[in-house]
Amino acid sequence: MAWQWFHRLGSPRWFYQKTGAWLPWLALASAVLLIVGSIWGLGFAPEDAKQGNSYRIIFVHVPAAFLALAGYYLMAVSGAIGLIWKMKLAFAVMRAAAPIGAVLTFIALFTGAIWGKPTWGAYWVWDARITSMLILLFLYIGVMALSQAVNREQVADRACALLALVGTVNIPIIYKSVDWWFTLHQPATLRLTEASSIDPSMFYPLLTVIIGFYCMYAWTLLTHTRTLLLRREIRTKWVQQVLTEGK
Amino acid sequence: MSSVDIHPLVSGARAVPDFATFLRIEMLLALRRRADIANPLLFFVSVLALLPLGLGPEPELLANVAPGMIWVMALLATLLSQESLLRSDFENGTLEQLTLLPQPLYFAVLAKSLVHWIATGLPLALLSPLLAVMLNLPGEGYLCLFVSLLMGTASLSLIGAIGAALTVAVRRPGLLLALIVMPLYVPVLIFGTGAVQAAIDGYAYSAQLAILAALLAAAAALAPLATAVAVRISLDN
Repeated sequence: MAWQWFHRLGSPRWFYQKTGAWLPWLALASAVLLIVGSIWGLGFAPEDAKQGNSYRIIFVHVPAAFLALAGYYLMAVSGAIGLIWKMKLAFAVMRAAAPIGAVLTFIALFTGAIWGKPTWGAYWVWDARITSMLILLFLYIGVMALSQAVNREQVADRACALLALVGTVNIPIIYKSVDWWFTLHQPATLRLTEASSIDPSMFYPLLTVIIGFYCMYAWTLLTHTRTLLLRREIRTKWVQQVLTEGK
Repeated sequence: MSSVDIHPLVSGARAVPDFATFLRIEMLLALRRRADIANPLLFFVSVLALLPLGLGPEPELLANVAPGMIWVMALLATLLSQESLLRSDFENGTLEQLTLLPQPLYFAVLAKSLVHWIATGLPLALLSPLLAVMLNLPGEGYLCLFVSLLMGTASLSLIGAIGAALTVAVRRPGLLLALIVMPLYVPVLIFGTGAVQAAIDGYAYSAQLAILAALLAAAAALAPLATAVAVRISLDN
């Protein structure tokens, strides 16, 4: 009985019906959190003592980078679930996570480059963290390219899942690169287990934006997965029902 | 089908093959396709010969870029030859037969990677001192370049096999293979060039070589597993 929810998850129909109710709430939460967090962070948080106003890019850069990494784990784990339990839904989540993660990685790199110009004096530095984020972007693009190249959907699903799993070897290296090689990029300032080295007046708006990004990520992922499910299950009765009756 | 394409497993051996048999068969096949061995080497040498034409022949400049360029070219040469690793076996059905054997596919795949390394990585490493002379690499770097290439290319062969297996059923996999395998090659490249650079600058480089050896050990243990799974996935196509 305890595992019933897990088996239910394997049913695209159940997933589609359940998540439909969550979407408006997630959209609302992410909109409120992002608007409040942005105004708070950009307008009311104090200026940084050394960097002036340019530090405010962390309100986009940090949450995007967080989710770029977390999104890769999510993609790899759902790929593994799909490979192990042969769950169609898990593959759909994996496929949906790849482009979203790629965009977030790009945003993290792009905002980092904009911030790097006034602060480090260069848009691009071959620093350990930046290089490894670029590799993360290539990992995402590799999964997307492979899914495009293989014709049969089921084969593509499993091939992408395996590639994503092999790529996870790189993720701890990326995550820890700032702590291991002390290069130009600053080490992690946000910590869950000990005191953060960031001032509370900057930390709270940042936390708001991060939670907002998580909500937005969940919303985007669910919407994308639902669309993929509709397209994949187009021949089944429940999809026909959804499409004709608009449920 | 020409006689060259017939796989020795299909034509001869009766007994259930062990790892040594796989290895012997793969070596035999590699020796039959001499052009496949020569082409990556010629590519390696000819691109490195283009380098002084593009950058200019100043010895100091070439010495600066030599370790990185030799490593990058070795990586590309390995990558280019990966495409044909499983192709003919896939097309003539041998790959399917291999999955039906009572042995794990692991050993067949490991033998393939090992022979791929013997046919590309090993000659590249042996050739590297010659190119190092041509590119004016400082003398301190020779031994380190040779040893790092010897171990590094073996890791590249093992890791690249995963990509080759994933793309074997794709019609023209060339660029796709490069795209999915490149990011996985990065750690090997970083520590390989790092070792040579440290050797040239007169620092101890045993740490980088030890990490390369560790990467090789991990790749030898894990990459054939992933390759075997990828082969089974691709055969479902």
